[in-house]
Formats: sequence, structure tokens, C-alpha cells
Amino acid sequence: MMLAAVLAAVLVAMALMVARALRGPTTFDRLLAANSIGNGAILVLALFGFLTERPEFLDLGLTYALLNFVGTFAVLKFFRQGSLGAEAEE
Amino acid sequence: MIDLLRDIVAGLFLVAGAGFILVGAIGINRMPDLFTRIHAASLIDTTGVGLVLVGLMFLGGFSLVTVKLVFLLAFLLFMGPVATHALAAAALHAGIKPDLADAPKPPRGGKAANGKAANDRTANGKPAGAKAAGSRAAARKAGPL
Repeated sequence: MMLAAVLAAVLVAMALMVARALRGPTTFDRLLAANSIGNGAILVLALFGFLTERPEFLDLGLTYALLNFVGTFAVLKFFRQGSLGAEAEE
Repeated sequence: MIDLLRDIVAGLFLVAGAGFILVGAIGINRMPDLFTRIHAASLIDTTGVGLVLVGLMFLGGFSLVTVKLVFLLAFLLFMGPVATHALAAAALHAGIKPDLADAPKPPRGGKAANGKAANDRTANGKPAGAKAAGSRAAARKAGPL
């Protein structure tokens, strides 16, 4: 019950972050929202694992944390050195 | 008795963490520029996730689950600020300027100030224009946020 309430709160927060990711004026706003969505996904995995009495979901959460971190840095580096970043070009 | 106490403590941590996450998500939507949004997001990265994971640790008891949660928490506490810092550094490098409250004093109603605000706006990557600058000045006049 308690876990379900916290899960719902995290999902609502993730919906708000999706709104910012769609709306964000710069690439970095979207990236910031994506990073926060990843953190929310980790929490959703952990909470869902506890809710359904299957804590193996935590392994998925750990993997997702690693991927999220590496992915954020990959995109940042791409926009810093690649040619697609409209802001980074000048 | 002990179980009830454990559940209560875990619930307090979980609800506090959920509150921080909600506040951070609202902040990501409401804050005026990128760097203040980063501030709101770092609230989620450290305090929100940390409190929820500590609450889950209380529910997990002494087991492998708690060990995994500790690893997850340690990883997030190290990597969240690092990612946030890299994001802010990259944004600064790309030429995005922080939206300072006291830097351009004149937006309190000068025509020259509008040109300056428009310049800032192009640096922010948003469409420049007198209309946009005017709405920004109006928003600032209305009060904080």
C-alpha cells in the first residue's frame, strides 16, 4: 500500500519530467530531464520489485543506473564535439 | 512490535523521498532557466533517490537485497553530482548564460534593457524578439518566479 503510493508519486514525477523533456528549449534541458527520468526508472524498478516480492528487480535497477550514467556522458560528449549540436557549433 | 516500528520508519523515509522527488519534478518544470532547473534535478538525484532507497533498506532487512541497495545508493550518490556537473559545464561551454536576477538591472522598464534581454535570449537558444523580451520583463516584474 505504502509502496504503491510512493510508486504512484514517482510515476507522477516522471510524467512531469517528460513534460520538461518535450518542452525544454535547449538540448541540455532535455538531457537533464532524461537523466532524471532514468533515476525515476531506477526507483520504479526497485519499488516494483519490493511491491511484487521479487527483489531481483534490483539487479535491473543497478544495470539501468550504469547505463543511464554512461548514456548521459555519451550524449554530452557528442554534443560537445559532434556536429549535430545547434548550440555547440558556434 | 519490531516489525511495526520498522514499517513506520521505512514509511517515513519513503514518503519523505517521494515528497522530495515530487518537489524536484515540479521545480524542473517551474524554474526559469537551465541552471536553476539543474538545481531542482539534483534534488531528485541525491535526496529523493537516497531517502527512498534508505526506506527500502529498512524493508529489506539484513540480506543480499540490502547489499544491492547500498551499492545502488553509493553509485547514485557518486554519479549523480558528477553527471550534473558535466551537464552544467557542457552548457556553459556551449554558451548558455545563467539567468542572473541582478545582472541587467534595467528590465524594470527601460527600452535599452529590452535589447539586452533579447541578446541574452539568443544566448539561451530561444527565439529572440521584442515580444519575448517584453514578456520576460513582465514576468520579472510580477515577482519571484
